[in-house]
Order: sequence, then C-alpha cells, then structure tokens
Amino acid sequence: VSAAAAAAVTNGLGGGEQAAAAPVSADQLDVEAYAAQYSGRTRVARLLFIAERCGVEAIQLEALRMAHDEARAREDTVLYLDAVLKINSRLGPRYRHDQAWVDSVNRRAEQRKEKLETELNGYRTNLIKESIRMGYNDIGDFFYAHGHLSEAFKSYIRTRDYCTTSKHIVQMCMHVILVSIELGQFAHVTNYVSKAEQTPDTLDAVIVAKLRAAAGLANLETKKYKLAARKFLETGPELGSNYSEVIAPQDVAVYGALCALASFDRSELKSKVIDNINFRNFLELVPEVRELVNDFYASRYGSCLEHLEKLKPNLLLDIHLREHLGTLYNDIRHKAIIQYTLPFISVDLNTMASAFKSSVSMLEKELAALITENKIQARIDSHNKILYARHADQRNATFQRALQTGNEFERDIKAMLLRANLIKHDFNQKNWL
Amino acid sequence: MESVEALVAHIQGLSGSADELAQLHGLLKQADGDALRAHSAGLLPFLSHLHPGAHSLGYLYLLDSFVSSSANLRAHAGGDLLVTVADFLTSCSADQIRMAPDKFLNVCRVLKNEVMQLNAPIRGIAPLRAAVRKIQTSSEQLTPLHAEYLMLCLLAKQYKAGLSVLEDDIFEVDQPKDLFLYCYYGAMIYIGLKKFRKALELLHNAVTAPMSSLNAITVEAYKKYVLVSLIQSGQVPSFPKYTSSTAQRNLKNHTQIYVDLSTCYGTGSYSDLETFIQSNAEAFQTDNNFGLVKQVLSSMYKRNIQRLTQTYLTLSLEDIASSVQLNTPKEAEMHVLRMIEDGEIHATINQKDGMVSFNEDPEQYKSSEMVEHIDSSIQRLMALSKKLTSIDQNISCDHAFLMKVQSGRERARFDYDDFDSVPHKYF
Repeated sequence: VSAAAAAAVTNGLGGGEQAAAAPVSADQLDVEAYAAQYSGRTRVARLLFIAERCGVEAIQLEALRMAHDEARAREDTVLYLDAVLKINSRLGPRYRHDQAWVDSVNRRAEQRKEKLETELNGYRTNLIKESIRMGYNDIGDFFYAHGHLSEAFKSYIRTRDYCTTSKHIVQMCMHVILVSIELGQFAHVTNYVSKAEQTPDTLDAVIVAKLRAAAGLANLETKKYKLAARKFLETGPELGSNYSEVIAPQDVAVYGALCALASFDRSELKSKVIDNINFRNFLELVPEVRELVNDFYASRYGSCLEHLEKLKPNLLLDIHLREHLGTLYNDIRHKAIIQYTLPFISVDLNTMASAFKSSVSMLEKELAALITENKIQARIDSHNKILYARHADQRNATFQRALQTGNEFERDIKAMLLRANLIKHDFNQKNWL
Repeated sequence: MESVEALVAHIQGLSGSADELAQLHGLLKQADGDALRAHSAGLLPFLSHLHPGAHSLGYLYLLDSFVSSSANLRAHAGGDLLVTVADFLTSCSADQIRMAPDKFLNVCRVLKNEVMQLNAPIRGIAPLRAAVRKIQTSSEQLTPLHAEYLMLCLLAKQYKAGLSVLEDDIFEVDQPKDLFLYCYYGAMIYIGLKKFRKALELLHNAVTAPMSSLNAITVEAYKKYVLVSLIQSGQVPSFPKYTSSTAQRNLKNHTQIYVDLSTCYGTGSYSDLETFIQSNAEAFQTDNNFGLVKQVLSSMYKRNIQRLTQTYLTLSLEDIASSVQLNTPKEAEMHVLRMIEDGEIHATINQKDGMVSFNEDPEQYKSSEMVEHIDSSIQRLMALSKKLTSIDQNISCDHAFLMKVQSGRERARFDYDDFDSVPHKYF
C-alpha cells in the first residue's frame, strides 16, 4: 500500500476532501480489466479520467496508452487529441501527435457528413416520416461517434417530431439519455427517463433496467442520494453488461450500496438492500461491498469503515463517484457513530475510539459537532472521557416554555395595542410629517 | 382689553369651581395675544400675587406669555426664573393646566432649554417628572414631555430617574412623532442600565411602527436594535410582517455596516469580528455606538461558552480557551467565573484539575417564589387579555368598521379560515 493510501487511512475519512485535488495511488487497479467492462466513448473517457487523477506514473501511462489506441480505433479525433496531449511524448514515437491522421479522419468525416446531410434533405423534401427520422438518427450517431456531443443531442431531439411508434420514442429517449450523461446534463436524463417510462407499451426488461440505472446515475450526480439508492436497488439483474456504454453492473452495486448506507435507516437498509434478492446478484460481483453492508448492519463499524478505506483509492478514480465520495463517506461515518451511541446511557470514549479506529480527541470533536447539530442527544464528560445520554426534563422544560410564551404574548400584545393606536391617530391626522 | 392688574384680580377671584374656571379661561383667551404680550416684560412681579397651585390656569397664561419672548429670557437668565418655573411645575393643579395643554408644553420646553443652556440638566429632572404626571390623562398616555424628560435624564446620567416614567406601558399616543423619540431615548436608558430585553422591546416598537416615510430616528433606532439583539440573543430577527413596507425596504440601505457586522458575528469567529470592528471604528464612533459595539464583541465569548454547555458535561479550561479562541486558560477561567456570577450559566470550576463542570439549571419550579411569580404573570396576562377583548369589542361596534365590513360582504364572502385568529407560534 503506497504512502498516499496509508496517509489516507491515518487521516481518517476527513482526508477525503483534500485528496480530491492531489493524485491518488491505486496500484491495485487493473486498468485493462476495468476498461474491459465498458464500451464506447465512456471507455476512453474513463481511461482519461483515471490517467488524470492517478498518481502512479505506470498506471497513468497504461491508461493513456489504452485511451489512445481506443480513440484511434474509433476515429474519434477529439478524444485522440486529448489523449496525445496528456501522453506528452512519454510513450515513444508511435504515440506522438499524428496530424496527418487527424486531418485525414476529419476530411473523411466532412465527406460523410455532407453525404448524410444531402440524404436528409432529400428525405425532407419527400416528407416521409420514417426516413426523416432515420436520417436524423444517423446524423446524431455520426456526431456522437466523432465527439460532437451537442450537435448529436440536437439531432436526436429533432427525431422526436417524426416518431410514430412507442418503440421509436423509447429509442430516441435512450439516445438522448446517453448523450446527456456524457454532457453532464442530468436534468435532461431524468426528464427523458420519465418520458420513456410513460410510453403505453410495456417495455423490455433490459430497457427498464437501463432506465432505472440511468435515473439512479442522474440522482447521484444531483446529490439526491436517497432517490439514487432507491433507483439503483430497483434495477433488475437483466441489466447485465447490456449498458456497458454507460455503466457496469459492479458500478450499480457500489453506487447503490454506498448511497443506501449513507441515506437509509436500519429498517430500510434491511428490507431494501440485505433482503433484496435482485440486488444480491449485483452485490455478488463486488464481495467487498457486500461485506461492508453486512458489517454495518451487524454493528461491526470498525471493520465496515476499514473496508471503506480500502475501497477508497479505487473509487476516487471513478468518473461519476469522485465528487460525491467525500460526502457519502462522511454521512456513512456519522450514521455509524449515531447508531453506535443510540442504545447506551453512557459510553466510554476510549472503547468507542478503538471500535472506530480513531483517536479519542478526534472522536470527541466529531461527537461535539454531531451534538451541536442535534443528531445525538448526549453530553460529553471531557474530564473522564465518557459520553452521557441526556434526556431533557420534560416538566422543567414545560414550565420554562410556558413562562416564555407568556412573556412573548405580553410583549406582542402590548406592541400590537400600541400600533393599533398609532394607526388610529394616523388616520385622524393623515400625514403627520 | 383689560389691564394686567384687572386680569390678575379675575384670576384670583375666579379660580374656585369648574364654572368659574371656564369663565376665567374665556377671559384669559381674550386677553391672550397682544395684551399680554405687550406687557410681558412686566409680568414677573404679578406672578408673586398668584399662587401656582390654586391659580394654575392664570399663572400658566402669564408665565407662558412671559417666557415666549426670548428677550425676557435673556434678561433673566438663570437664577430666579428657573426656580419660579420649577416651582410652578411641581405645584400646579393638574385639572387646571389640562385646559391649556399647549401653553403648558411650551413652558416645559422653555425650562428644558434653559437647563440645557446652563449645562445643568439635572435641575430639570424633578420638575419635568412632575409635569409629565400632571399632563397625562392616564398613565398609559404618551405626551411630548416624555421624550424631553428622558433626554434630560440621559444627559444628566440619571438613568434610574428615567425608569419611573419608562415602567408605565404606553398604549395611547396622540402624536406618532413623540413615540419615536420616546422609544429611542427610553431604549438608551435601558441600555445604560443593561436591561437589554426591555431596550429591545422599545427599539422593536420604534422600528415596526407604522410609517409612510423613513425618519432619522428610526434609522438610528435600527442601528441600536441590531447591536442590542446581537448582545441579547446572538442574532438579528427578520422584520415581522406588520413592519411598514418603507421600513422593510429602506432601513438596511442606511445601516449597511451594521448589517455586515451581524453577518460577521454569525460566523462565530472572534478575531474576524475584532478586525471588522477595528476597520470600521470611525463609523461606529460617529454614530456614538462604539461602546455598544464593544459589548457586542465581548458577548461573542459568552455565546460561544454557552454553546459549550450544551455539548459538554465537563471540559478542561484549555479546551474552553481553544474552542472559544481565548489566549490562555486563565482568561477562560475569568470569563467563566464572570458568567457564573452574572447567572448566565450554571457551572462549577474545579481549580485543582483545571476542569469546569456544567450543571443543569437548578430551578425546579417548585419553590413558593416561583409559584408567586407564575401567579402574578397569570394575573397580568388575564388583565391584558381583558383589555384586548374590550378594544376588540369597541372596534366591532365602530361605525366606520361596520361600513367597511358591509361593503366587503357584498363583494366577497369571508370564511373563518381566511383569518388566523392566533399566530401559529402560540400553539
């Protein structure tokens, strides 16, 4: 385990936010196996992301090399140029900037584009709906393949007017969702998912699963973790690797489990995650995550948090999860602390610190913060390092509140009578200035 | 026109019963104006023929026309004139002077100006206090004299004297403009006595009073309101919905640094607040609010320490010092000690271990004093409630109100649900 990962462990989870900028080591990550899960543009995008964020040179170069080959094979000049820039001549002559190739690809692309556009114009004059639709679709596909995402988006949207069957609509929605995810416009994703789900025909199970996964992703990116968890947990196992141009089934498992841990309470966790047969198929793909969910439910918080720490460096290289990892981890840790203290009247901070594998002073600070936010009803005896549960004395509180309400009432009524009087005289005298 | 001597004779003769007084009043009004004014310089010796208590009305008229001329005042500056006026104010008869309130107010104002010129505001306090009581028709009425009196008390630094007048609740206001000065000066007196809650009430009234255009008093009152709310509760409440729209829209524009101060306070950092105050020190000085601002600064420590009592049962002095941003544990001990003495927190300091244990509020609400306190509160509130219902009934029988409701009923039907009878916070 490299120095950075070790540092991340000793820092506790608080180090998550700072690590966002610094490169992270992940020499356990098998780049080839990881990339093999995905297809299409997302494979290249993810590889570039890994190269950017990873601190280890060997992995960086490996990822960049694969990204470069992939981009070249797909004739995607935008991604190719990006990859070459990042490689920066470190990989030898074959990986240098090949402007001739770029130019030839662009020329061919221009020709194809003109051909498609003339075809489309021909269809438009003929006013045959189906061919117009297919024409726009082809153009959309073309733009997408060459990395011009906003034009692809526009073309796909245009097909909407020419869709006749619900199958067409679903196809359009899937295209739009794909492009929106890459563009990062997740509001559109949610929109089109609901549009697709509302079509009158029953949908193919795979498509349903894809829609759920896409919806979950959109919720995750817009920080609605509870909704994201629900969507991921409802994704059927039919998803398999059919949606590899967006998401892999391991990702569904990881995202779903983390969001659920951070936002569900115990009963929901049990019913929707642990007892969920469909989701179990996903969890089998990532046994570490399955272990940590079970640990959390069984209150083995120490080992749960250890698993989380181990997974952290690899998860930081995931293109969708990265920004949210810090918040999710914090939420999970706070939940663990709150659940730990719930059943007790008094807790010795030393035992608690060893259970959570952190120092007593750090734990004390975390507890103080949680108490101030009113998430734990307790008070800390800093001298003896004990946490005492505290239940407000109802009788005293009631007296206090009653007296206070009386005072406020008195004050407000007096002020009101005064104001009423002022208004009365104002009407009698109009403008006293 | 009668001569002054004849007038004096009338006064002496007709100051008996109410009818006589009415007649006298008529005569005096006739004589007022040119006649008296022409002879004003020579009126002083005639005053000695009259008794201020029995012949208040006549005395008042003569006195008023005497002091209305500034030449006379300058001639008799200081000395006897003040004594005469003061004597009159303390011994005059309330009924008689209420027949000529403007003149009475004028005389009082002159007295105030005189004592201010002599730089001895304290001489005006006792006479003016008596004057306030005499001209009030009921203890709930506000007169223009209230503001003048409070101003004198402030200048003379006799805050306790001002308290006697402030303790009466004011419900009747003839001139809305008196209210602003009254609230402002009254609040300053309470601030001087460190009774921040009552000061806040008065400032709140000044800020939320109905007004069609902003006036300078309200702006100053708002500045103090921000500072006192920060000291009292750590935050500035937003405008309640009965505040006039002029106030809501414009007050913050004129008091921008105070608004910034309150946001800075909200961050909870002592050093930030200190730097902010230093950089804006002149602005605060020109507003004469620097003393209050310093109190706001020290209240920041108190608030942070109070927050600690919510989370900890015991805490070492070093930890207190570090979390409240004090420099040494000794300072922390001092602050905690002072707060315990002032009754702001309940705690015990263990010097041997350097620990402070925070205790719960020992009030058990079982003692007989508490029962008495609760009982008197209940009585007070019931009286207030009764007053409210009677005012409500009066308005419901009022002609203008009934007309409005009638025309309203023709246009739309009002449901019970449209009107919230009690604000939700009382539930």
